[in-house]
Amino acid sequence: MATTLQPPSIKLPSARGVPRTKKLGPEVPSTGIWVGLAAITMTFAAFTSAMIVRHGSAPDWQHFSFPIILYFNTVVLIASSFTLHMARSRFAAIGNGAADSGPALRALYGTLVLGGLFVCGQYAAWLQLRTKGIYLATNPSSSFFYLFTVLHALHVIGGLLGLTYVISKLHRSVLAKRTLDATSQYWHFMGVLWLYLLGLLWIRI
Amino acid sequence: MHDVSTHAAHHAPPQGFLRKYVFSLDHKVIGKQYYGLGLLAVLIGMVLSWLMRLHLVWPNAAIPGLKWLSSTGAPGGIMTPEYYLQLMTMHGTLMVFFVLTNVPFAGFGNYFLPIQIGAEDMAFPRFNMMSFWVTFVGFWVLIAAFFVGDGPPLSGWTAYPPLSALASAGPGEAVGQTLWAISIAIFCIGQLLGSLNFITTTLDLRTKGMTLMRMPLCTWAWFITSCIGLLAFAVLLPACILLILDRVAGTSFFVPGNLVISDQLIANHSGGSPLLWQHLFWFFGHPEVYIAILPAAGIVSHILVNSYRRPLLSHKVVIYCMMAIGFLSYMVWGHHMFVSGMSPYSALAFSFPTLVITIPSTILVLIWIGSLYGARLQVNSASLFALGFVSMFVTGGVSGFFLAQPSIDVYLHGTYFVVGHFHMVMGVAAIFGMFAGTYFWGPKMFGRMMNETLGKIHFWCTFVGAYCIFMPFHYLGMVGNVRRYSAFVDDYLQPLLPVHKFITYAALFTGAVQIIFLYNLIYSRFKGKPAPANPWDGTSLEWATSSPPPWDNFGGKTPVVYHDPYQYGIEASSGDYVMQNSPEQIQTVREDK
Amino acid sequence: MAKFVAVTLILITIGSAIPIIAHIWVPPADISTHGHLIDEQLSDTMFEAGICFIAAQIILAIFMWTASSRKPGEKIRNFPGGAKALVTAAFLLVGTEVLALGFFGSKAWGEIYFTPAAADSLPVQVQAGQFAFYFRYPGPDGKFGPIHPEMVNEASQNVFGLDTTHDQDAKDDIVTAEMGIPVNKEIHLLMHSKDVGHSFYVRELRIQQDFVPGLDLSLHFTATKVGRYEIVCTQLCGLGHYNMKAYLKVMSQPDYDAWMKQQAALQ
Repeated sequence: MATTLQPPSIKLPSARGVPRTKKLGPEVPSTGIWVGLAAITMTFAAFTSAMIVRHGSAPDWQHFSFPIILYFNTVVLIASSFTLHMARSRFAAIGNGAADSGPALRALYGTLVLGGLFVCGQYAAWLQLRTKGIYLATNPSSSFFYLFTVLHALHVIGGLLGLTYVISKLHRSVLAKRTLDATSQYWHFMGVLWLYLLGLLWIRI
Repeated sequence: MHDVSTHAAHHAPPQGFLRKYVFSLDHKVIGKQYYGLGLLAVLIGMVLSWLMRLHLVWPNAAIPGLKWLSSTGAPGGIMTPEYYLQLMTMHGTLMVFFVLTNVPFAGFGNYFLPIQIGAEDMAFPRFNMMSFWVTFVGFWVLIAAFFVGDGPPLSGWTAYPPLSALASAGPGEAVGQTLWAISIAIFCIGQLLGSLNFITTTLDLRTKGMTLMRMPLCTWAWFITSCIGLLAFAVLLPACILLILDRVAGTSFFVPGNLVISDQLIANHSGGSPLLWQHLFWFFGHPEVYIAILPAAGIVSHILVNSYRRPLLSHKVVIYCMMAIGFLSYMVWGHHMFVSGMSPYSALAFSFPTLVITIPSTILVLIWIGSLYGARLQVNSASLFALGFVSMFVTGGVSGFFLAQPSIDVYLHGTYFVVGHFHMVMGVAAIFGMFAGTYFWGPKMFGRMMNETLGKIHFWCTFVGAYCIFMPFHYLGMVGNVRRYSAFVDDYLQPLLPVHKFITYAALFTGAVQIIFLYNLIYSRFKGKPAPANPWDGTSLEWATSSPPPWDNFGGKTPVVYHDPYQYGIEASSGDYVMQNSPEQIQTVREDK
Repeated sequence: MAKFVAVTLILITIGSAIPIIAHIWVPPADISTHGHLIDEQLSDTMFEAGICFIAAQIILAIFMWTASSRKPGEKIRNFPGGAKALVTAAFLLVGTEVLALGFFGSKAWGEIYFTPAAADSLPVQVQAGQFAFYFRYPGPDGKFGPIHPEMVNEASQNVFGLDTTHDQDAKDDIVTAEMGIPVNKEIHLLMHSKDVGHSFYVRELRIQQDFVPGLDLSLHFTATKVGRYEIVCTQLCGLGHYNMKAYLKVMSQPDYDAWMKQQAALQ
């Protein structure tokens, strides 16, 4: 037993001998994803403010209408979030001894295909702009258009790699729920981010 | 990503040389790698500062060896004005990024954060390893700028466009500047990966009984710093991308039209805003300086408590102050831009939080000094550097009073006063935090005690030397001595040349004294006395394991935490302290006053 | 060792304070109408910052001295009032001090920036370019001719890119390498950068303002003392930054008129 020689006016941080337990919070991969998404949000926020400032700093901003295929790509990306959601509930069903991993895998493959289709569709949009003579450096409006859509597509490709990893794990029946959860949080965020960017580009470009 | 259990990261003990020492997943090895990289960067940065000081005072002297580094930059060893600026740019970039962000945060933080919270490793060991190697690549990309074309960029570590965006604007502004921007972008990614790890680990991997409030102050500092860094580097990265695009892809984010350089109209840019870069850069840049100082402040708090042999007057207040500083740091960036041409109303808006941030900083200083009253100070190299930090932090902070006010900044902006201010807080105080951490934790990291006599000599010489170098900068600033000049040709600068000479002598002396530290570090590593597990009678979890710790930190015995981190100044079975993981109970005995 | 360091710290503190108290290195005498507000702020801040600096360092030194000589058995003592007293002190003393400084300082800032140039101020344009300042006066028509960047030619000394053949307003513009102004007359300084960022700094006038390429910025000030002063560049602009300067000549009105006639003849 230790005794303190502190005068009682010092409020000693709590000195109970019983270890305080704490229920540890959310699963670690999800925490990591949320932290990563905070950084990604900040990056796109920085680009957004750059765009707003650049738009106002000179009268050289030329509006253009972006390719219609962008709307189609949006639908594809939203659909991929639905298939991923299906995959999650089917995966949860496996745990209850209900089914094999087939349905879940199919939903995951569907997500992967739709995501890949999204990226291809974005590429098609860039090609369409190029035929109209609109390149990265043509005008600040096009610079930001390409910047936002390319960076978003790169992050979506990252998500595709994550999905591939998840699919390979499920094939070998070693997929943990937390991994699927974290991956789907990232994927849904890519959809939300795209909706934001679409709105931003629609208003500004 | 890596599946982890709720309490600790599992990976098998490393086998083989490469896995153990090079591509290691072990946070301790990664921490040492960051420290080593930082040490290399600080040595290069210090040599660069000598070259700068020599040129300022003896501009026509041939500096031995310099012509081998660059025959165009220093023909016959005599530095050209542009080469001075190029060396200056690299000095700033190396020091701010690869030393001040690396060592106190990524170096010590990587090593000690998991141990201090009772974890086996970081949450994402593979991302952690990647973060170091990404930073390592970024370092060499930066160093490559010395050896390309006409050398490194000359636009300063702040790289304001259009100077930094146009290759024709100066020597080094072609390939050198592009390499710089790429290097910094790579560095951002490394830092983001690192911050991701620190935050997730702190939130999710604390051992049983380790509540957030029971974490040591340095752990708190690392946690808060990683939160700041996550958001700050996420803004610098876009800025660098936009700069690279302006340089190589013909965009005009930062470059307006109608510019004429050497009678050539710059035709392929128009409409860009140089102020946009400044806003983006300083939105990162101000939090960055708190990223540089907070870990050192946390390390110093941790060491001071140990050497005071009593807890600080309030553990919670220190934590809240660090949080307040972190939060406020995002609201003050415009104080770097008072005379930049931005709205003068914004200037006042930025001035207000800049002045307010004085308050939590003052509280920290008062707590450090106030807790020393009535304490039983143990004097060793670590505690001396920690106390030196407090003195330097006061000095550097006090010069901030001046610069925080736009009206005074009209006179002092762009002068040596600013250079004195930031060197005091970053170039001295933060470095003192690193020295303190090295002397304190060296025994734990390397299993060997360092030589205390050499440490004390190192301290005294560096303390006096640093004041001799940087105090005069403030006087020069008061006269209006402009900064970033490669030579002092103006009329009003002539009477100040003796002051510059004094500074140069002090810088050479203080730099030379660091040999003592290097010798101590290297000699002790191999020949120092074997270190016990707890050489300083410390209470936190790093002292509850061997020196150095085993690969999984606690030899399979996950600690359980019973106490707050700083139970010092009490009568206990092991002395005047109780360790965090000791089940020994503590009872307060009421004293008669 | 601790006592030795404490003494060293006290000596360093006193040594650092001496040049300030003895006014060894001080700003040059103020020659502007608004500068005294800045100087008052500066000396108020120096006084308060100085007190904080000296007090903190000396108290740190004293505590180091006493705390290092305490024996193992001695009781640990608390600073009177503990953390609460210190936090309160910080808020009350430092908080009010910095807010007061900020509040009063805004007056000095406002003098420079919140008032527009007077209607009868003398317009002078300054162009900063690697690595010199050039000045332009509008001439008898009171108008500046337009700038044609593609016509800038250092060799033929057309530094502003003026087209004196076709632009009527440019014909009577007067370009100089030195800035001449009459004393006690408000000057409206129009700032233009030819290439990269620069800055305009005259210590005695207590003004400093960056040039931003692409932005038309301006300043106004009034010089109160005849003399010759240095204008130096304070924003890193390339290899010649250290050498980028011009002279400001503040003259009596008759001298200024004569100077202007002379400059006009040189065009």
